[in-house]
Amino acid sequence: MSTATLAAGATATATPSASRRQRTSPDARRRRVALVMLAPALLGLAIFFVYPLIASIFYSFTRYNQLQDPEFVGLLNYRYLFTQDPQIAAAVTNTLWFVVILVPVRIVFALLVAGLLARARAASGFWRTLFYLPALVPPVASVVAFVFLFNPGTGPVNQILRAVGIPGPLWFNDPNWSKPSLVILGVWVMGDMMIIFLAALLEVPRDLYEAASLDGASGIQQVRHITLPTISPVIGFSVVTGVIAALQYFTEAAVASGVASGKATVGGGTGSGLGYPGTSLLTYTQLLYTRGFTSFQFGYASAMAVVLFVITAVLLVLTMRRISIFRAEES
Amino acid sequence: MTVSVGMTRRRPSRLLTWIAEHTLLVTIGVLTIAPIVFVISTSLMSSRQALTATLVPNPVDFSSYIRVFTELPLGQWFGNAALYAVLATVFMLVSSVPAAYALAQIRFRGANLIFTAIIVAMLLPPQVTAVPVYVMWSQLHLTGTLWPLILPNLLGDAFSIFLLRQFFLTIPKEYGDAARLDSTGEWGVLTRVVVPMARPGIASAAIFLFFHSWNDYYGPLLYTSENPAAWPVSYGLATFRGQHGTDWSMTMAMTVVIMIPVVVIFFFAQKAFVEGIALTGVKG
Repeated sequence: MSTATLAAGATATATPSASRRQRTSPDARRRRVALVMLAPALLGLAIFFVYPLIASIFYSFTRYNQLQDPEFVGLLNYRYLFTQDPQIAAAVTNTLWFVVILVPVRIVFALLVAGLLARARAASGFWRTLFYLPALVPPVASVVAFVFLFNPGTGPVNQILRAVGIPGPLWFNDPNWSKPSLVILGVWVMGDMMIIFLAALLEVPRDLYEAASLDGASGIQQVRHITLPTISPVIGFSVVTGVIAALQYFTEAAVASGVASGKATVGGGTGSGLGYPGTSLLTYTQLLYTRGFTSFQFGYASAMAVVLFVITAVLLVLTMRRISIFRAEES
Repeated sequence: MTVSVGMTRRRPSRLLTWIAEHTLLVTIGVLTIAPIVFVISTSLMSSRQALTATLVPNPVDFSSYIRVFTELPLGQWFGNAALYAVLATVFMLVSSVPAAYALAQIRFRGANLIFTAIIVAMLLPPQVTAVPVYVMWSQLHLTGTLWPLILPNLLGDAFSIFLLRQFFLTIPKEYGDAARLDSTGEWGVLTRVVVPMARPGIASAAIFLFFHSWNDYYGPLLYTSENPAAWPVSYGLATFRGQHGTDWSMTMAMTVVIMIPVVVIFFFAQKAFVEGIALTGVKG
């Protein structure tokens, strides 16, 4: 902060004594000020991003538990990861399940609700606030609430189902229903996505629709040929960020397992409810966390981290250029 | 609503569409609000009634709200969460507002590269860097506290820089150029021109980070799970169930209490906040 104030004073008062500056070009001067303003962030990138990334790659080739120095073991961690870890298959399968099911279901629901709001001219005010509200609930609180709402015995959902003669499933206590239950939760909290879609829908030029209906295009044709192509960059952005979020799906699954089983999950040691029910909610990042910070296999956890990094990086490289918001140049 | 005004003049099919749309809106609205209603109603039951298959509290019983504060260190957990969220937000603003300004309003070589690095840092899963960062904080003897989650904000937060830059881009450069002609330096343009104009944007970035910290589960799990005295309220709620069996009434009371600050802040700053969400995905 003190450098900031000093620099502010120095540039604000163009005193004759600053002769050195007169020799530097305005371009170079602008660049220097910009780099001063960015200095903390650049330092942050170096300390919390570049260094740990390199260190993770290094640790991934070692056996390391913080008590002893890292010991080089070659590809042992990777071999264990790809061929031996008894829990990796479940963790990868579950994570991919969330990528393939949770992400599209949320996007479709958010689009439908946003479309409804835009059509009914209810884009602001009461309805938007109402549909956004669940997204405000802290994730831990929403998971705890859903495990209660869907609890098989006394939960309101099964009470209501019973009242209309449907025997409700065991939801968060049944390995076949636990992931779908989290999808229902994911749909409930889709408010952020809905607001992004709504803003995009409202930016579609009105005269495009008018021209189309003059040409006799039906409502569905208008959606297909005008609405979807116009907002497709926004949908693309949601798919990419959604997939990246699903690859690191952690809090909802860990808290749901913990609350539904009544046991500690990640960080819980032996006999924990990790992935409860069964291993149905064990995700890749939970396994990484458990290997790293419950059993302190830092080398192995780093190997898992490197694999996650490679997958995410490939995804980013393939998609980033196509998503305008990530482009550095101004549009 | 504006729709109903012109409705009578319209053809019956328009009326049917209006009815269909609003039936759907009301249905989704009921499904949206129902979970919150059930949570609140259960929190107002006695612990014993909450174990039975009933939906309405009878009689209304506030004792769970008292018990979460007397039988749990909820006050302390709230204090921890508030300290974490407030300091993280203030630190982020100090470091990230100038960074975002430089990326949005100053033309200089290297800006694109830095922006790309920030985007990548923003999108990478935190688990990728978790081990070395954890080792770093443990060498500084700061594990077991919330400082590993607060202090990095002094060195910029990638998502906040991204969001602030999107806001600052919407301010025409001509304003800054006019001030620069009056020999105002970049820091002057930032503090006297851009910051006053971008107040809603800055507010929304601050609220985002405040909520993110208040809601954080992964960070406190990683650094404070061994030390209950340092837990923020979100983490406390997630682990409390283990110790208190199936006391749904208390659990729901705690769920309500933890939501209150977030909802209050939202209603005070709704406009800035909603604009901020839209801007994360649309413009730029």
